[in-house]
Amino acid sequence: MSHTEELDNKELWGGGTSPFNAGYGKLMMWFFLMSDALSFTGFLAAYGFYRHNFSAIWPSAENVFTHFPFVDGHQPLIYVALMTFILIMSSVTMVLAVEAGQRMNKKAVMIWMFWTIIGGLIFVGSQAWEWYHFIHGTHLGAFELGIGTVNVHGTIEQTQGIICQWTDETKTGLELPWREIAGDIRSDFMQLKGDELAAALASGNEIYGANLTHNEYGHPLFADFFFFITGFHGTHVFSGVVLNFIIFVNVIMGTYEKRGHYEMVEKVGLYWHFVDLVWVFVFTFFYLI
Amino acid sequence: MEHSDEPYKYAQHHDEATGKKTRRMIWNMFWVLLVITSIEVGLGIMWKSWGVPFHPIKMIFIVMTLAKAYFIVAYYMHLKHEKSALQNTIIVPYTMLVLYLMYMVFTEGTFTNYIEHLF
Repeated sequence: MSHTEELDNKELWGGGTSPFNAGYGKLMMWFFLMSDALSFTGFLAAYGFYRHNFSAIWPSAENVFTHFPFVDGHQPLIYVALMTFILIMSSVTMVLAVEAGQRMNKKAVMIWMFWTIIGGLIFVGSQAWEWYHFIHGTHLGAFELGIGTVNVHGTIEQTQGIICQWTDETKTGLELPWREIAGDIRSDFMQLKGDELAAALASGNEIYGANLTHNEYGHPLFADFFFFITGFHGTHVFSGVVLNFIIFVNVIMGTYEKRGHYEMVEKVGLYWHFVDLVWVFVFTFFYLI
Repeated sequence: MEHSDEPYKYAQHHDEATGKKTRRMIWNMFWVLLVITSIEVGLGIMWKSWGVPFHPIKMIFIVMTLAKAYFIVAYYMHLKHEKSALQNTIIVPYTMLVLYLMYMVFTEGTFTNYIEHLF
């Protein structure tokens, strides 16, 4: 790396110069990102904690997010893979903008910043689309059991708040969700029919879609964590787009050309890569595992 | 916002030749990230039809995620080429707190499971 001047190590910690050989703003951005990374780590750790606590009835993300725009049928993971690709791509254009700034090439910085902003907007839009489908749910819906117990192959389970899927469109049977106990969800003892079904229907509610208290796909905490973690990440993406736009306008006005360096682009670049970094973890822990 | 008359000395500049090398590194890293992500997605879609246990697949996902994180932080966020004092200031506190958090999740997570199965 070519620095404008070599700093003497003995002088570094004596005051007057940055011992890290980095500007104040960049250093503070790093400290902020470190603390922000800890927040996200805390959220994902809490998610893992509850996921393992309720692993028997936790919904699998690939059965929840199965839609792709304008395509019918079961398309697990494809849409979120596309979102991941868009965010990685916008990270590439961002780092290319930083590189162009270090060569003082104003036009290249403008072009790459522009594509970064576009990538960020597409990502936020994709997230809104996914939220819409998650909140809206399926047309069949699901059923939330009321207070009571049920015998799952010899194990007595509490039913309050447990989500069951309908066996088919006619809504004449419910599937119990304890697949780890049952092994096979298609077994007879995993289905509520006849009198048992009538009793269950009398004490519970039909559920469509997901919100903070009900979730047709499974445990309500899944929806809570989904809204909170992807929402917090989406807020970061949105504020990243806003910051990128401000810096983009400054680049066009020639602010950094006059200043003699494009370090500001590098600082928002750090933030933008961090947003991509968080998504790498959200993608793995929320959608894959 | 410079408050002294001295030129700002921390901003990094490089010439066209270095820029060319940097750009090649950026695109190489892009292909690495893309390949890892594609493998993750492919595994995520297909592992159930292979009849293998989930645990090793989960470990593969986590290792690949950590690899991606390393490439993004080291190369795109440029931490690999910062001074070691800066690297340690970021990495060491984060790692210590994350290890502590993981310790709590693994021990307390099992503990609540144990409590719930007592009743």
